[in-house]
Amino acid sequence: MGPLVPFIISNEFNLIIALIAGIGFGFVLEQAGFSSTKKLVGLFYGYDFTVLKVFFTAGVTAMIGVLLLAQWGLLDLSLIYINPTFLWSALLGGAIMGVGFIIGGFCPGTSICAASIGKLDGLAFVFGGGLGVILFAEGYPLVKNIYLSEAWGGVLMNEMLGMSKIMFAVLLTAVAFIAFYLTGLVENRVNGVQTAVNERKRVFYASAIGFAFLLLAVIAFFPDSKNRMETRINKELKQKDFILASVPADQLASEIVNNYYQINIVDVRDSASFRVYHLPFAINIPYEKMADRQWGKILDQKHKVNYFYADDKQVAAKAYLLAGYLGNAENYILNGSAVNFRKLFSNLTPPGAEASKSEIDTYNFRQKAATDMKMLVDALKNSSEPVIAKTTKIKGGC
Amino acid sequence: MKPQKFMNPYLAGFLVGLVLLGTIYVTGRGLGASGAVKSVVLSSVVKIAPGHSANTPFIKTYSEEHPDGPLKDWLVFEVIGVIIGAFFSGVISNRVGIKLERGPNITNRTRIIAAIIGGILFGFGAQLGRGCTSGAALSGMAVMSFGGLITMVAIFGSGYAFAWFFRKLWLK
Repeated sequence: MGPLVPFIISNEFNLIIALIAGIGFGFVLEQAGFSSTKKLVGLFYGYDFTVLKVFFTAGVTAMIGVLLLAQWGLLDLSLIYINPTFLWSALLGGAIMGVGFIIGGFCPGTSICAASIGKLDGLAFVFGGGLGVILFAEGYPLVKNIYLSEAWGGVLMNEMLGMSKIMFAVLLTAVAFIAFYLTGLVENRVNGVQTAVNERKRVFYASAIGFAFLLLAVIAFFPDSKNRMETRINKELKQKDFILASVPADQLASEIVNNYYQINIVDVRDSASFRVYHLPFAINIPYEKMADRQWGKILDQKHKVNYFYADDKQVAAKAYLLAGYLGNAENYILNGSAVNFRKLFSNLTPPGAEASKSEIDTYNFRQKAATDMKMLVDALKNSSEPVIAKTTKIKGGC
Repeated sequence: MKPQKFMNPYLAGFLVGLVLLGTIYVTGRGLGASGAVKSVVLSSVVKIAPGHSANTPFIKTYSEEHPDGPLKDWLVFEVIGVIIGAFFSGVISNRVGIKLERGPNITNRTRIIAAIIGGILFGFGAQLGRGCTSGAALSGMAVMSFGGLITMVAIFGSGYAFAWFFRKLWLK
């Protein structure tokens, strides 16, 4: 599941990825004509809308792609970098950049492209850009208040508009196609020409529009990978023809006492119930979060046996089935709830005088297991405290 | 040989979109440009004037947050790639050569001065707006960031608002 950095690709190799991505980016920008300042400012005088066409197509392509990858369960959207919103600095900074664009005829990326093929004005713009950075650094105390005010964090466009992601994607795609059509008309009028779109191009454009909306429809109407998994598990639960490997509480207690280093006890309840009470050595993986990739090392390994439990048997069974899909570890569920386990192994009352031998044996076993578990937990406190997994924050932006 | 025609803009846009998508999938972040200039410039300032840098809060914070310098900076590597890619594209399309492009009514000198002023404004604005057309606007659009999109609207909105005043730089 993406993003691949830093779990699958190391941070060092990431720099090579940067180089490759840059080569692709620079190559296409130059091919599109972004090294030419006249082509760029054409946008503002209406004689050449290449910038808008390239820019919008790229944004929409990547946006639809991101949504598709997320739907297929290939990209974890909670991990990707979202530019934080600082309202006033974004607007003022953008306005200053706009003036810079119209005077200088470039933006940073395009000026670098231009300078690369020997355009002196591009080089001058890059030089100016460096001066601008120094100017900002030196003048920072003056603009600090604007720079830091109205910090809204990584809010998304669709949240601001109160709609779903897919709804916003459809809207933006539609706006893009309408803009392409209208700017085409403006271009022809300003340049005083009539460009005839030939049959082949017309078919090509129509199928591109159709394809974009087809992908959007797929995203909107097909269940995503999480939902598909849920449906599959619920179906299996209903059919009841699966084999649920479960162990009674006493057996699990004995495993904990004797083999604590060979097993994982997985609590699939929410973290609040986990904090109130959990089994000795239990790790908390709430059912909804089982697919998160940080748990791969528990659900997909062959060294330790996993024991799942919850208060609701249904949830435990679902966790068991899901674990079967997520990895190839050996899994069991605890027969009975956490509450039940707690009752069995705390505040034991000795059996009366008329108790049978098996009752006495059970009492003795549980009494010993309870003390042993307590002792083990105390002894291994340092090594068995749940490790709080650090989520790596991806840095990005300019 | 004559320079070749430019690529169809929609095809180019689609390809840039794929590069951006691939970058997001692999690295979890988008593309950028101005950040590389920032990294190189601020690291140089630190090297040249260490005393002054220590007294300038913005530079100080930046170098504390980026202790490895530009040689381990993602965007610096990406921009080196941009230079290579753009140069390669220029070579295969016969567009490489020392040139200066300007509007019909201005001198070379005016064009260079305007480019430097434009660069200064863009460099300054990109710091204030936390990203330029690539980092904030394009990459922001791909992940539906509100901040990225309003930056984009501001850049192009202000471009249009001021286009009339600077028409002499570009038009006949």
